[in-house]
Amino acid sequence: MDLGALVACFASPACVVTQASSGLIVGLLLFLVAAGLTLIFGVLKIVNFAHGTFYMLGAYIAYSVLQATNSYGLAVLAAAAAMAVFGVAFERFLIARVYGGNVLMQLLICYAVVLIFDDLVKLIWGADFHAMGMPEAFQRAPIFIAGGVVPPFYAGLIVLSLCLAALLGLGLGFTRMGKIITAAAQNPQMVAALGINTTALFALVFGLGGGLAGLAGALAAPVRSLSPGMGFSILIESFIITVIGGMGSIAGALLTAIGYGLLRGFGTIGFPLFTDELIYAAMILVLLLRPSGLFGREIV
Amino acid sequence: MNGFWRDSGVALAALVLLLGAPLAFSSPAFEDFIIRLSALALFATSLNLLVGGSGMISFGHGLFYGFGAYAFALLMQRTTLSLASAVLLTLFLAALVALLVGAVCIRLKTIYFAFVTLAIQMLFYSVIISWVSLTGGDQGLQGGIPRRVIAGIDINQQGHLYQFCAVLLVAGLFAMRHITASPFGMTLRMIRDNEARAAFLGIPLWRPKLAIFVLAGVFAALGGILASLFVSGAYPEFADWPFSGQAIFAVMLGGIDSFLGPLAGSAILLALNDIFTRLTEYHGLVQGVVILLFALGLRRGVLDFLRVLPGRGEVASR
Repeated sequence: MDLGALVACFASPACVVTQASSGLIVGLLLFLVAAGLTLIFGVLKIVNFAHGTFYMLGAYIAYSVLQATNSYGLAVLAAAAAMAVFGVAFERFLIARVYGGNVLMQLLICYAVVLIFDDLVKLIWGADFHAMGMPEAFQRAPIFIAGGVVPPFYAGLIVLSLCLAALLGLGLGFTRMGKIITAAAQNPQMVAALGINTTALFALVFGLGGGLAGLAGALAAPVRSLSPGMGFSILIESFIITVIGGMGSIAGALLTAIGYGLLRGFGTIGFPLFTDELIYAAMILVLLLRPSGLFGREIV
Repeated sequence: MNGFWRDSGVALAALVLLLGAPLAFSSPAFEDFIIRLSALALFATSLNLLVGGSGMISFGHGLFYGFGAYAFALLMQRTTLSLASAVLLTLFLAALVALLVGAVCIRLKTIYFAFVTLAIQMLFYSVIISWVSLTGGDQGLQGGIPRRVIAGIDINQQGHLYQFCAVLLVAGLFAMRHITASPFGMTLRMIRDNEARAAFLGIPLWRPKLAIFVLAGVFAALGGILASLFVSGAYPEFADWPFSGQAIFAVMLGGIDSFLGPLAGSAILLALNDIFTRLTEYHGLVQGVVILLFALGLRRGVLDFLRVLPGRGEVASR
C-alpha cells in the first residue's frame, strides 16, 4: 500500500497519461471480450464459459499468421474471421443441442471445449509462453502527451477499440439487424413468429461474439504473453465486468471495463497487492446492492 | 422410517465390505483408489446437495474442498491438536466460511450464482497463490502431516489411512443421504422445482438454502481433509477451477437425480483419469472429448439412465 506514490502520480500529468493509457488498453481489450459475452447472454441467455478460448485461439492464430505473412493487419483480420466462424460452428454443433435444457449441460459442454482447446494449443504451439513482439508498423517513437509516454500501439489500440465500441452501439441501435437482435433479446419467440430466422440469428450473434473475442486476442498478442491458460483469466475478468456493468448491457460493459482498466492502471502504483481483492469486493457489493448490475435495465 | 433402516443397512454392508476387502486380498492400488475416491466422492456428493437437491449450481464448490485441505494441514502442522479435534475444527471453520459466502451468493439466480461462486473461489485461489509464507504459494503446502497416533490408528500408514477414509466416506454419505431424505431435503427439492410456490407456502427461501449451502461446504471440506491426508499437504489445484469442473462432471456423469450418482460418477471419472494419464500427456483433450460425447450422447448420468430403462417407466426424482 503506497498511497503517497498514488497522490504523487495524480499530481504529475505525465504519470497520469502513462498510467491511464496502460489502464485503458487493459480495459478496452476486456471490453471487446466482455461485449461478446454480454451480447451472447443478452440474446441467447447463455453464459459462454468457453469465451476465453476464443480469445486465446485468436491470439495464437494472429501469432502464426504474423509469422507466416509478416502482416499484422492480416493477422488481426484472420484471427477475428476464424473465431467468428468458430463461434458459429460452436453454436450450431454444440450449444444448439442443449438449448432450453439444463444450465449444467451448457456449462459442461463449455468446460469440455476449454479442456480440449487448451490441450490442442499445447499440442500445436507447445506449452511454453510465446511472445509475439511488437509488429513492425508500430515500432516507432512513442507519442508524448503532457510529458507522459504512450506507445504508438497503445494509441492505435485505444482508437480502434473505441471505434468498434461506437460501431457496435450504433449498429445495435440504428440498423435493421441491430434492432432484430435487440428484439430477440427481449422475446425470441415473438421475433421468430414475425418470420425472422432466429436459428440463423443466434448463430450470427455467436459468430459476432466469437469474432470480437478473437479480435481482442489478436490485439492483445503484441502486449501479452501467449500461454495455453490465457483464456481463463480473461474469462473471469470479463465476467466480473459483465456482472458489474449488467448482463446484456453493451454500454455497461464499456464503462465498467474502462473503469476496471483505470483501477488496474493506477492500482499498480497505489495498492498493487489489493487490486484483485478490491475488484472482487466491488463485484460482490454491486451484486448485493443491485443484482442486475449498474446498467442492467436495458437489454443489449 | 423404513428408508432410514434400509439406508443404514446399505451403509453397514458397504462398510463391512470395504473394511473386509484388504483381509481377503491385499492390493495397495485398490486401497489407493478408494482413498482418492473417498475424497472426490464426498466432494461430488456434497456438490450434488446443491446442484441436484436444491437446484443451486455452484461452480466454486472447490473453495471448500481447498479450504478443508489447507485448514486441516495447517492446523496439524502448526498446532498440537489431535487428529479428531483438527478435523472438527476444520469443519467448523469451513461452516463459518460457507455461511459468509452463502450469505452473499444464495440470493442470486442460476448463472449469476454459478459465476459468483466461481469468482469467490478464484479469489481464494489467488490468496493461496500470493500468501506464500502461510500456504507455500504455487508449490503447495509442504512438510507433510505430522503423525499422531490415536487409539492405535496411525494415518501415515496406508492401511490405517484406508480404514479412516472408508469409515468417513460411508459415514459422510450416510449423513448426506439422511439430509436429502429428511423433510428439510424435501423442502429444498420443492424450492428447486418451484420457488414461487414454496414461498407462497410460507417457507422463508433463504433459510433452507443457506443451511444446505453451509452443510454442503462442510462435507466438501471433509473431502478436502481426506485429500490433504492422502497427499500429506495441500495443493492450490484443490481450489482451482478445473477441479470444480471435474466435480460437476462427476456429478453429471453419475446422475444428479440419484443419491449415489456422484459416487458412481467419481469412481468412473477417477478410473478414466488413471487410464488417460497413463496413455497420453494430453488427458485434458481426451477428457474433453469424453465429456462432449457424454453430454451430447447420453444426456443424463449413468445411474439416472439405468433407472429409466424401458419397462421400468419414469422414476420420480428420488
